[in-house]
Amino acid sequence: MNQESLSQIFINACLVNNFVLAYFLGICPFLGVSGKLGTATKMGGAVMFVMLISSICAYGIHALLVAVDAEFLQLISYIVVIASTVQLVEMFIKKMSPALFKALGIFLPLITTNCAILGLALFQTNKGYDFIQSIVYALGAGAGFTLALVLIAGFREQLEYAEVPKVIRGTILTLVIAGIMSLTFMGFSGLGTQ
Amino acid sequence: MSSGTNHTEAKSTDEFIKGLWKENPVFVQVLGMCPVLAVSNTAENALAMGLATAFVLLMSNTLVSLLRNFIPKEVRIASFILIIATFVTITDYAIQAISVDLHKSLGAFISLIVVNCLILSRAEAFASKNTLGKSILDALGMGLGFLFALFCLGAVREILGNGTFFGLALFPDTFQEWIVMILPAGGFFTLALWLLIFNLIKQRKEATA
Amino acid sequence: MIQEAVKSSSNSFIMLRAMVGIGVLCGFLIVVAYEGTLPRVQRLKAEALEAAIFNVIPGTTQTKTFNWDGESFTPAKAGDSPLVYAGFSDSGELAGVAIEASGQGYADIIRILYGYDPERQQIIGFYVLESKETPGLGDKIEKDQHFLDNFTAMDVSLTDAGEIANAIIPVKSGAKQHAWEVDGITGATISSRAIGNILAESTAEWIPRIFNHKSAFKQGNQ
Repeated sequence: MNQESLSQIFINACLVNNFVLAYFLGICPFLGVSGKLGTATKMGGAVMFVMLISSICAYGIHALLVAVDAEFLQLISYIVVIASTVQLVEMFIKKMSPALFKALGIFLPLITTNCAILGLALFQTNKGYDFIQSIVYALGAGAGFTLALVLIAGFREQLEYAEVPKVIRGTILTLVIAGIMSLTFMGFSGLGTQ
Repeated sequence: MSSGTNHTEAKSTDEFIKGLWKENPVFVQVLGMCPVLAVSNTAENALAMGLATAFVLLMSNTLVSLLRNFIPKEVRIASFILIIATFVTITDYAIQAISVDLHKSLGAFISLIVVNCLILSRAEAFASKNTLGKSILDALGMGLGFLFALFCLGAVREILGNGTFFGLALFPDTFQEWIVMILPAGGFFTLALWLLIFNLIKQRKEATA
Repeated sequence: MIQEAVKSSSNSFIMLRAMVGIGVLCGFLIVVAYEGTLPRVQRLKAEALEAAIFNVIPGTTQTKTFNWDGESFTPAKAGDSPLVYAGFSDSGELAGVAIEASGQGYADIIRILYGYDPERQQIIGFYVLESKETPGLGDKIEKDQHFLDNFTAMDVSLTDAGEIANAIIPVKSGAKQHAWEVDGITGATISSRAIGNILAESTAEWIPRIFNHKSAFKQGNQ
C-alpha cells in the first residue's frame, strides 16, 4: 500500500523523477524525433495516451496475476498485453477518428517498444499504487515525457542555425543538451517534501 | 572443401569482431540507451547489466535461429518478444538468486532489457535469417560489444564520481569527487564524451584513407 | 479459389501452431526458472531482512514477525500486513521491535526500518532500506555517523494519556538539545528533515500501540 498524495505522485513523475532525464526511459524516441517541435508535441501526446491505457491494463493484469498466484508471469504478460492493446487502440482510432489517427498514426507502433511504457507499468506495480494513483502516475509521467521532448526539440531547432563543429552534430550535441537539462531538472527535487 | 571452410571461418570471425568495434551497438549504432545510461553509475553495476543483456541476447538469438523455419513471417515479431521476455524473466530470477543487493541496485532495469532495441534488432536482422553457429557468434560479438561499452561508461563514472573502481579507493582522501558524474546528467555527458572519441577516431581514419 | 482458402487456413494453422508452441515452451522455461530459484531467493531475502533487523535492534539473535490486525498483535501468517518485527536476545527476552516506515524524501520515497525498545521507551536503531537520495549529499542519511547517532537512544516516552510526550522533530545541524530531536546534516538538510518527519509520523501511530501491547511480543516467543 502506498499513501502518497495524488499531487505528490504527479509532481514526482513529471518533474522530480522525470522519466527521460532521471530514469533514462524513452531515450530512443527522445534522440530520434526531438528534431522538430511539431513532431515532438504529437509524439508526446501519443505517448501520454498510450501510457494512460497501458497503466490501466497493467493494473488489471497485476490484480489478476496476484489473484491466481502467478506473479512470475508479470513481465511476459505486461509486454504482450501492452503491445496488443496499442495495436487495438490503433485500429479503433483509425475507425472512429481518422483525423486523430492521422495525427498520431505513425507514432503509435513506434511507442510499443518504448521502454517508458513498460517502465511505467513496472514502476507502478513496484510502488503498489492503487487504481487512481496509477492513472495520476501515468498522466504525470506522460506530461513529463512531453515536457522534456518539447523542450529539447526547441533547443535543437534553434541550434540548427548555430555553428557547431561537424563532429559533435546530432546525437552528441543532443546528449550534452539532455545532460544540462537533467541538471536543471534536479532543481525540482525536494518539491514534494514539507 | 578446405577452401570452403576457410572462407566461412574468415566470415565467422567477422560476425564476431564486427559487434565489438565496427558495429558496436552503443558507440556506433546508438542502440539500447536506457540501460546504458541508467545503470552505468558504477563499474560493478555496468558489468552486471552488460552480462545480463549479453546472456539474454545469446539465448534469444540461439532460440530464434533454431526456430527460424518454424515461425511464420506474420507473427515473427510477437514470437521474438515472447522469447526475449522469457529469457529476461529467467535472468531476473537468476540475479535475485545470486545477490539481493545487486538485484536492488539494478532494479526495474533488468525487466527493461525486454525493450532493449538491440536484442530485438539482432533477432530480426540476423538470427531469423542465419544459421545457429553464425547467430551465436553474432550474439557473442554484439553482447561483448555492449558489455565493453557499458563498462567504459561505468568505469569513467565510478572513478570520477566516487573516486573508486569496483569499490576500491583509487585516490587519497583529498580527492574531491565529481558528484555530477554519478547523477543522471553524468550519464549523458560521459556517453557524449565516448561518442565523441569514437567519432574522432572514425574521422581520422577516413582522412588518412 | 478453393486452393486459396485451403492455403490461408493452413497458413493460420501454422501461425497458431507456432504461437502455441512458443507460448508453451516459454511458459515451461519460466516456471522451471522460477521454481528452481525460489528457495534460494526466499532465503536471501529473509537473510537480508534479518540482517536489517539485527542492525536496528542491538543484541538481537532471533526474530519473529507480528501482524497488527487493528486490535492486537498476532504472529504473522503469509500475506498479512502491516507487519512489525520483534527481536529477542539469547535468553529469549524482548530486545526491541523493528518497524518499517516510508515517506517522501528529496528525490523519491525513502523506506526506513527503526528499532524501538518498549522497556527503555527509546528508539534504539535506524537503517535505510531504500532511498534514491542524491549520491554524495542526501545519501549521508545512510552513512553519516553523527546523524545515525541520533537514533541510538532517542526518547519516545509516552504520557499518561498514552501519547508520545515529545514528538520527534528535526532541527538544524548542531542545534540538537533534547533526546527527541533529530540533528540534521549540513548539505543534506531536506533528506535529514524528511527522516525526522517520517519518524515523527510513524512513531505517533506505532509506539503507543506497541507499548500498550508489549506483552503480546513476550507471549509470542514461547
